[in-house]
Amino acid sequence: MSEVNTKPNIEGPDDFYETLLAAHEGKTKEESDAINARLVLILANQIGDREVLSKAIAMAAET
Amino acid sequence: MFDDRYTLAHKLYPYEKHADQDKAEAVRHPVVIVGGGPIGVATALDLGMQDIPVVVLDDHEGIGMGSRAICFAKRCLEIADRYGCGEPMLDKGVVWNLGKVFHKEGKIYEFNLLPEDGHKYPAFINLQQPYFERFMIERLRALQAEGKPIEIRGKNRVDAVDVKDDHVVLDVMTPDGPYKIEADYMVACDGASSPVRDMLGEEFTGKVFQDSFLIADIKMKNVDFPTERWFWFEPSHGSGASTLLHKQPDDVWRIDFQIGWDVDRKEELKEENIRRRLDAMLGDVDYEMVWSSIYTFQCKRMEKFRHGPVFFAGDAAHQVSPFGARGANSGMQDADNLGWKLGLVIKGLAPDALLDSYSEERVYGADENILNSTRSTDFITPKTEMSHIFRNAVLNLAAKHEFARPLVNSGRLSVPCVYDGLSLNGPDALPGAPDRTRVGAPMVDAPIGDDWLLSMIGGDFTLMTIDAEAPETIDINGIEVKRLALTAEGNPELAERYLGDAKTAVYLMRPDQHVVARWERFDTASVKRAVNTATARV
Repeated sequence: MSEVNTKPNIEGPDDFYETLLAAHEGKTKEESDAINARLVLILANQIGDREVLSKAIAMAAET
Repeated sequence: MFDDRYTLAHKLYPYEKHADQDKAEAVRHPVVIVGGGPIGVATALDLGMQDIPVVVLDDHEGIGMGSRAICFAKRCLEIADRYGCGEPMLDKGVVWNLGKVFHKEGKIYEFNLLPEDGHKYPAFINLQQPYFERFMIERLRALQAEGKPIEIRGKNRVDAVDVKDDHVVLDVMTPDGPYKIEADYMVACDGASSPVRDMLGEEFTGKVFQDSFLIADIKMKNVDFPTERWFWFEPSHGSGASTLLHKQPDDVWRIDFQIGWDVDRKEELKEENIRRRLDAMLGDVDYEMVWSSIYTFQCKRMEKFRHGPVFFAGDAAHQVSPFGARGANSGMQDADNLGWKLGLVIKGLAPDALLDSYSEERVYGADENILNSTRSTDFITPKTEMSHIFRNAVLNLAAKHEFARPLVNSGRLSVPCVYDGLSLNGPDALPGAPDRTRVGAPMVDAPIGDDWLLSMIGGDFTLMTIDAEAPETIDINGIEVKRLALTAEGNPELAERYLGDAKTAVYLMRPDQHVVARWERFDTASVKRAVNTATARV
């Protein structure tokens, strides 16, 4: 059973967050949405595990 | 001609006419400090303890009203401890460990800070600024009684500054009229709107955030209100981007409402309007108002903190947003950094170049503080639609999943910076040693018997040996380095914080308790070289 890692796993979370937001600087909302969509697909490929991906998608869809 | 700009909480240094005022020629002093706030007084304590004569000029006669900087972090308290006034702060201060984070109407999670054991001081205390200042002035009076050459002159307002190559001439206004005073060195600790900075025509630049905070100090009539920190993002109880509630001594709670830039200050400060916000947030709670104020902030710094014989410290040199309590806390580190350097140069034991390192190191520190407080500000008040979407996604996920919580940024508490790679550093030559006590880092406290490591070190260069041999004292061209011999046997904190995988260690510490160099074993030539590097004598 593969699980989504819900424990903190990013070293330097503030640095990461700044890098993430910097990618959106000066972009229109449409451009930003497209960046996010591409980023999701890139990260999904990195993870690869279909079971993890399905669980992560379900987590994100919860509100 | 001499109106107070603010109301005093404690009148501690009433104006007295000084003999300098009747002299035909301006009297020259080694150091004049402009501003009797926490940073000016800390600098005076540092110099006075080194027997360097110092005069503090303040345009008021005591400490201003209002809780203001209420969060004092560990390093700041350790510095105050070195000056001999940390303990009353700790005794009076409030310590909290439980924090709660809210978004809109609901709590999303809570956290416990779980402080690390084996430190004299906690990660921080909450304490009204007037107490913090009063304990320092009391210490200053005690040092004066011991004969230390510190003076503080109330209602002495600096109206003009003439900077020469090797000294400064100040025009000072008093209730008895003007006089002139000269200083070999001047330290401007005159606050965010620093008149001295303006007199010198120095710029104060940076990323400007414009926001206002409405601060309300209230005394709860029901004192079982919890000692916790509550931080709201987008609070549903009123307008504004954030609200912060935390406890201070004397059953006083402080609430900071972030209310935006374009506000009607007079209207917002009316008691009924403050109560409207408070009631919406607190619900059915009985309280009385103690103090309220509106303040605005910016993130800025001067390009350099040294201009010839003039130094800038504290808010005069750098200003940050309040998130993370990096204002007064970093100012205390300025005093800590400048004090020993000025002392050595005035005593003729180090060249003038050592004073340049004050600017180098504290600009580095200021940039780190500005970076952190800017990030917090950006998280709390997202500037774009997309950053707002991400921020709310983080808060939403943080409610259910632990992984998102480190991304929640309501302020990163002030921690001292490590002077990595800067010019006073010596060799880091202790394989397997911990990263946290690397060269450039401020020392980490540890218990030593019934005492504390940081209480045993500071004010001088010290050679700390752990299970290693070294001479008891070494004289390096007039600078005496004393040894502090320790063993890691039966002291797991010391071993964990200073040895790591190493078996023995020799650490050279600066007077401000930063690590200059570390080795496995003592070697005379290496220690001499490192002391010379740390005092710019090479």
